[in-house]
Amino acid sequence: MAETKPIITDEYAESITRAEELAYELRIREVMTKDVYCINPDTEMETALDTFQKRRFSGAPVTCDGELIGIISIEDLIRALRKNNLNAKVREYMTTSPTTVNEYDPVVEALKTFSRTHFGRLPVLNEDQQLVGILTKGDISNGLLNALQRDYHKEELIRYRASHLFEDIVSGRTSLILRYEIRKGDFIHGGNASSKIKRALLRLGATPQLARRCGIAVYEAEMNLIIHTNHGGTLRIEIEPHRITMEAYDDGPGIEDIDMAMQTGYSTATHEIREMGFGAGMGLVNIKRCVDEMRLISSKERGTNLFMIMYLNNTT
Amino acid sequence: MKITEMIELLNGTLLTEQSSSSVVIKGAMGADLMSDVLASIKPEAALLTGLCNPQVIRTAIIADIHAIIFVRGKQPDIETLELANDENIPLIVTAYGLFEACGILYRAGLKSYEMQPH
Repeated sequence: MAETKPIITDEYAESITRAEELAYELRIREVMTKDVYCINPDTEMETALDTFQKRRFSGAPVTCDGELIGIISIEDLIRALRKNNLNAKVREYMTTSPTTVNEYDPVVEALKTFSRTHFGRLPVLNEDQQLVGILTKGDISNGLLNALQRDYHKEELIRYRASHLFEDIVSGRTSLILRYEIRKGDFIHGGNASSKIKRALLRLGATPQLARRCGIAVYEAEMNLIIHTNHGGTLRIEIEPHRITMEAYDDGPGIEDIDMAMQTGYSTATHEIREMGFGAGMGLVNIKRCVDEMRLISSKERGTNLFMIMYLNNTT
Repeated sequence: MKITEMIELLNGTLLTEQSSSSVVIKGAMGADLMSDVLASIKPEAALLTGLCNPQVIRTAIIADIHAIIFVRGKQPDIETLELANDENIPLIVTAYGLFEACGILYRAGLKSYEMQPH
């Protein structure tokens, strides 16, 4: 990033909630200025003025044998100038026992201190109360913008990976197939495959909304395989550039009355399954609500095939 | 509402390891039926439930739930707890019942994050 110090106004900050979040996530040590120029309390004000001019400072911590004893700012220099007293020592004009912040505190703590005190800078101390840095509002703006930039790059990278997975491979019809065997009655692992599928979709660059909808549909389908089949079944997810096809199939016993099964509240589940938080006759209804297209084929001879399709033209 | 505030209001205990004090919860839903949760919870909500098994955590993963509160002092088994730790989902236990726990959070200004059926 360039060396300029952009300022985040309060109005602007309000509109970006991610920046607010970052104020909680970022630690002060990540945004503070580390190489602090310290001034000796016995320095003359005139020398301090020269230093401030040369280095373009507006304030600096005052230390004695490495210990923070005060802070001197341009305001103090102006006071000395007014009294024509530039020969005085820094010790006489500095602010003693300045307000400090801890290096491991979240940035938001420093923001609160700034708005409470109207100080221009805050010395940063470590756990042993030693001075390790100095923090201005400019440091915070810079730190937040850098963090936002990093976020943005991460997101870009994910999008790049996803879009290029299919672009880089040239074929007549490219698709990625994920398969999961689901065992009958395996409640302990119920939802495990769906979690993995959701994560895979996010990895591939799906939006959180799309991944969530697919996740919910495939979770209900997974629980159906665990609850209602003779021997469990298979989840097969095919991801193509233009659509995601999720299929759940088993070898029986088949659904006797599909129209009935599609009604909210109709269920053949046992009490034990209801205790797991499922089996309330909502699974298929939930699935239908989540996906763009749903097809259910079932017979006593061949078992059940459930197709759930999401089209990607508009949703990603 | 921060997780820490929520724990304080509910006189609860954080069961998971992660330091989730900075996680902010905007709304919540109370239910024991996971299909209801999957059907109607908005993303980034807290779930208050009397159900206490790995399915609750899986539901949280799928439905982008950011915190789970077990009511009536229910303690999850080790499997459930480990799964929550792996997935970084804070688990809180409170002695209050579902109705009262929901009421306390609602009164403290937490919104309902349950979508109404169409």
